[in-house]
Amino acid sequence: MTFLPLIGAALILCVVGLRASGLVPKAMADQIHRVIALAASSAVLVLAFVLWRGFDPDNPGVQFVQHARWITAYNIEYFVGVDGISITLIMLTALISFIATIASMPWWPGNAHLDEHHFTQRGVAGYMAMLLILQTGMMGVFVALDMFLFYVFWEVMLLPMYFLIGIWGGSRKEYAAIKFFLYTLAGSVLMLLAIIGLYFNGPQEVVDGRLVHSFNILKMAQWGRAGGYLAAPLVLGFTFVRAAWIALFIGFAIKIPMFPFHTWLPDAHVEAPTPISVILAGILLKMGIYGILRVNFAILPQATKWAAPAMATFGAINIVYAAFVCLAQKDLKRMIAYSSVSHMGFCLLGMSAFTQQGIDGAVLNLWTHGLISPMLFLIAGVIYDRAHHRNIEGFGGLAQQVPEYAGLMGLAFFASLGLPGLCGFVSEFTVFLGSLVRWQTLTILSAVSVIVTAAYYLWAIQRMMLGKLNPQYSTLPDVNWRERLTLYPLGALIIVFGFYPQAIFTLIEGSLRNLLLPLQ
Amino acid sequence: MEHADNIARAIEVSWLWLIPAFPLLGAALNGLFGARLQKRYGKPAVHTIAVGAMVLSCLVAEAVLWGKIFGAAPSDRFLENHLWTMWQSGALKVDLSFGIDPLGMVMTMIVTHVATLIHVYSVGYMADEPSYWRFFFWLNLFVFAMLLLVMGSNFLVMFFGWEGVGLCSWGLIAFWYTDLEKAKAGFKAFIVNRFGDFGFIIGLFILFWSLSGSWSSSGKYLPERRLSGRVLGTFAEPARLSQNGVRLGPTVEFRELRNQVVDEKSGVAERLSHMQLWGVPVLALICILFFVGAAGKSAQIPLYVWLPDAMAGPTPVSALIHAATMVTAGVYMVARLNFLFALSSAAMSVVACIGVLTALFAASIGFFQYDIKKVLAYSTVSQLGFMFIGVGVGAYWAGIFHLMTHAFFKACLFLGSGSVILACHHEQDMRKMGGLAKYTPITRWTYLIACVTIAGFPVASAFYSKDEILWKAWTAGSLAAPWLGQAIYLVGAIAALGTSYYMFRSYYMTFTGEYRGGSGHKDKERLEDPHSMAAHVHAHASALAHGEDGAQVAASTQPHQHDASHGAGPDPHHGGVPHESPKSMTYVLIALAAASILAGFIFGLPSAWTGQEPLLERFLAPSLPAAELVKFHEEPHATEFLFQLVGGVVIAGGGWLVARILYKDARSTAPARLKEMFPRVWALVYNKYYVDEIYQATVVRGALLLDRVAYWFDQNVIDSLVNFIALLGRAVAYFDKFIDEHLVDGAVNGIADLTLNGGRALRRLQTGHIQSYLYGALGGAIAFVILQYVIR
Amino acid sequence: MTSIGLPHFLIVGAALFALGMITVVTRRNAVGILMGVELILNAANVNFIAFNHYVEGPGKVTGQVFSIFVIVLAAAEAAVGLAIVLAIYQTFRTIDVQETDTLRQ
Repeated sequence: MTFLPLIGAALILCVVGLRASGLVPKAMADQIHRVIALAASSAVLVLAFVLWRGFDPDNPGVQFVQHARWITAYNIEYFVGVDGISITLIMLTALISFIATIASMPWWPGNAHLDEHHFTQRGVAGYMAMLLILQTGMMGVFVALDMFLFYVFWEVMLLPMYFLIGIWGGSRKEYAAIKFFLYTLAGSVLMLLAIIGLYFNGPQEVVDGRLVHSFNILKMAQWGRAGGYLAAPLVLGFTFVRAAWIALFIGFAIKIPMFPFHTWLPDAHVEAPTPISVILAGILLKMGIYGILRVNFAILPQATKWAAPAMATFGAINIVYAAFVCLAQKDLKRMIAYSSVSHMGFCLLGMSAFTQQGIDGAVLNLWTHGLISPMLFLIAGVIYDRAHHRNIEGFGGLAQQVPEYAGLMGLAFFASLGLPGLCGFVSEFTVFLGSLVRWQTLTILSAVSVIVTAAYYLWAIQRMMLGKLNPQYSTLPDVNWRERLTLYPLGALIIVFGFYPQAIFTLIEGSLRNLLLPLQ
Repeated sequence: MEHADNIARAIEVSWLWLIPAFPLLGAALNGLFGARLQKRYGKPAVHTIAVGAMVLSCLVAEAVLWGKIFGAAPSDRFLENHLWTMWQSGALKVDLSFGIDPLGMVMTMIVTHVATLIHVYSVGYMADEPSYWRFFFWLNLFVFAMLLLVMGSNFLVMFFGWEGVGLCSWGLIAFWYTDLEKAKAGFKAFIVNRFGDFGFIIGLFILFWSLSGSWSSSGKYLPERRLSGRVLGTFAEPARLSQNGVRLGPTVEFRELRNQVVDEKSGVAERLSHMQLWGVPVLALICILFFVGAAGKSAQIPLYVWLPDAMAGPTPVSALIHAATMVTAGVYMVARLNFLFALSSAAMSVVACIGVLTALFAASIGFFQYDIKKVLAYSTVSQLGFMFIGVGVGAYWAGIFHLMTHAFFKACLFLGSGSVILACHHEQDMRKMGGLAKYTPITRWTYLIACVTIAGFPVASAFYSKDEILWKAWTAGSLAAPWLGQAIYLVGAIAALGTSYYMFRSYYMTFTGEYRGGSGHKDKERLEDPHSMAAHVHAHASALAHGEDGAQVAASTQPHQHDASHGAGPDPHHGGVPHESPKSMTYVLIALAAASILAGFIFGLPSAWTGQEPLLERFLAPSLPAAELVKFHEEPHATEFLFQLVGGVVIAGGGWLVARILYKDARSTAPARLKEMFPRVWALVYNKYYVDEIYQATVVRGALLLDRVAYWFDQNVIDSLVNFIALLGRAVAYFDKFIDEHLVDGAVNGIADLTLNGGRALRRLQTGHIQSYLYGALGGAIAFVILQYVIR
Repeated sequence: MTSIGLPHFLIVGAALFALGMITVVTRRNAVGILMGVELILNAANVNFIAFNHYVEGPGKVTGQVFSIFVIVLAAAEAAVGLAIVLAIYQTFRTIDVQETDTLRQ
């Protein structure tokens, strides 16, 4: 356990970066803020990489555990650690945050008149601080092993997101931000109720000579697996486990977002500035699935079994319904947002089948979608920065004007539509393979989405890139270096994980197998 | 039958990966640096990379053939090259590995060699293309994907290639993307193929799970506990072997699957044969789903609609992808899975019937098309139908043989048509051609040889392949109904007659009679010296007018590479009269024409003639274990001779005669009269039976409607609900606010407000204006006066 | 028609007062206001003289004395008033009474 301080260091670095960016003098400070944010997020990336190197994939339990007493009255601890599921998401968080930070740098430094109204020029200190707080919150959610701590981090991440959308967003930013905030908060309330319920019905232990309940997730999971929650009193006519499961699930489903709780997502995405969309799609959506695995699956396996058909159904609806909605979109970013809804449905479908392939595919999908959707949003950001609109039909024939951009867009789109050789395919295939064994009809229905997905992406390419060049855009510049720095790493990773996804499977398989065993 | 011999054991050959690696390298170089290379070093740099990669790939393939396959005993001809495990999840283990067995070898040789020839041809054909590098990037990438497809040792690698070729097909059909119609054709091809891929993966999933369990009548999965331990068979299990040493359990590896099915001791074949899902025999279900995939890729009914539109791509692309290689992937897959298909007579019958229907249907559309490439496209669809008859009735080797001969003669036809199109200045309408025989002699002769071949005259290779297929259909004994084979034969024979007719029709319309086309340019240009610079510029201008290279205005300023690289050949864009193509193109034509004649003699002389099985059949035998399972009626050799006579001479000759009478030298008026006699029928066939329109009205409209409904629902129901709840919350909030502000706070604030407001109001009196004060005084005085009167 | 009596003088005096009052109230020019004040004072003079003649009776001089006082006062007032106007002008660069509302404070 020599790696104990690692996670803590990752978190502290975020905080240090944030403090410093608040304290430096105002004059000429913007550059310093940017450098600090970059340094902090790259340090986190490096640490996350070190963590990954030190992680032992053969150990399915939690590693790098860190314990500290926090609120003794309720036996709340600062208790963090990582297992196979969280290590992948920590890597993802570090990577995507880093890329989002690069994307928050001034857009086109040599081109001041294009640059000065850009969101990257407004309130730099606040923006960078919010970004780093957000990163802390996200990291915290993935490492927390104390239920209360988990909830605290969950809320910590909410607030900066609200401001980032509400201040640096587009024309309807206030509406989108408040919708996002209230929606998520509503879910959090349900979650909090369920967490308190789990606490009071959960395992007890003796601390300092007193018999107290525990917020420790691992102990709760042990207790839940042993059927400890089955004896709890009824809630609103449901057994306790089912009621708690539903409350938690709705809380997480809003974050995924699951049909019919998904409408905050397109609005938030459309209004958010590009790096925030990147984080929103790349990481925040993953928390819903992560929460379901960490809390619902681990602590309430009996209720999870009971709810599997509903999960699968909603997953399938997500996939097919959102895919069709995509086909109707005119706004590029809105289309990508709905495609996220569609792709997150794969996770629900795969998880609900309780097969190794299904759940592996679901978690891999977190990772692959976490690579692809940021790239998609960056792509949308590139064109929006230049043309100041995102109307798919307002372009045409751009491929000859901006060939490099067209190629990158093609890569991202084909990755998202599940072209073999790019990483989206692997998760899609594995999820479908795993879920077919249990939900044949739903899987076959969902697989129809591969056609629809191809249709909307190719149609978008056709309308934007092919055909005669729209003369309005005959001077459109191609991608610049800042954008290359964000797009090429993602593109390369998409290809690498298309041919070697085993790098992720090795990490997650053991932990997921443990999670599955009580569900079989 | 000795089963232990039947089991294929792999021999590791560590350099198989080089075959697909070279094209990938070429694609990577041209894709990343092609534009810069072309700008700095000119087009030769680009095509040297591309063609060089192909030649190297060819050489490696040859080395495998001569070094590893021919020298080895038949049971040692399963080569594998395991690179790394891509992913493993439970019982699913996906390796990136290549396998070459005799079937894969044949396909690899066809793909590498035909592709190399077509690369060479493209050097001439695409000489004027500004995006030269992009063309060769896609072409090399395509060959890479195609090699993954044929060399993949498991379903997943095959599927990587399967989708990869689809991607390249999209990129190449839409190569001249500035023309939106061409972009749309690419779009259509990709989407229709996705329907097929959907069938492919669902079939694969069902097959995968069927290997470790079965389904109850209600569709619930019953894992084979024995195999899987306590859980659903989803976790990785220690390998379990059958008595013959075959690894059991779910797998995606072709060889393992083959061994499991072939090995009787494993009981897998028997278990699969009795398994049902949703009341359908599971094997038939799997095979038909796979066939849906094959139908998408190989353009069979009902998914053939994309192929004719795919002719929007450059002609070498049509030859390579949409005739010789990619579209045959479906046939290859069925042959690859012969051991599964042979177990299900229902699936075999479906394959054969769809094949023969497609053959007839497409041939009939070919009758009336005027676009030379459209004729060839429908001909391809039709010929693919013949291949499916072959693999459907169980004559797998014959299907593959036809695939091979078709690759030669159809590539020759397409490239010949490309040469014709260049000769006629990008004119594709056969009504505007004619009489090209004297301008383009090499093209004419090679085209004629290919026509003779496809029509199936004895001596030419398609005679051996097509007639073998039809003969096998006649004698087929493993189909669902005993009469089905004969019925397929009859329909197939009619289709073959049609094939002969429309191919010779295209030949006569194109090459005989008088040249009917204009120059394709404005006439005044014809007077100019064809080698003047003005003609160069004009050539580009005309290419622009044809939408060939769109907005690449830079074209006319670029150095003209064509004459530099092919100084001997006349420039294809010059002058008004048709002209022969450059040597790089005609040599390829000659090579392909020779191959289409010779392939028959080398590989496929029927056993009725020589007394032993054809070379190709013997060669392929290890890959096609099911060929022994499929039954054929024994017929005397005399009958077979008779059939070949009918097939070869009557069918081919009949079609040729009719075409000659109607279309030779464009003298006969019969075609026009026939058209007037049956206008409805003519319109129906000419418009391809309106299938595209029907799809447009049903599938496309349906999807578009559905997406609008879904979006409307999203915006107006779900989002409204959300907003309504928000509104409700706000209404409550306003109500609360009202009560709070006006009742509770009102009392407290009222007093304070009164003081404040009173002071504020009084303050207004003191304006500082003397006159206002005076007003006040005056008002006061008047008031007192009035008051006095009132009081008194 | 009878001879001119007291009411006629009173009417003239009232009319003069009214005109003066109107002048004072409506004029924005400080000099105009001073002139209005003169009118008001003269209206009072007319009344003094008339009451002296008709009510006090001939031979009495109380009213005349008052009038003399008023005239003297008016002269002094005009001098002081104009001096104030000058001072206002030097302070505010205007003699518009609407502008000079510092009296409010």
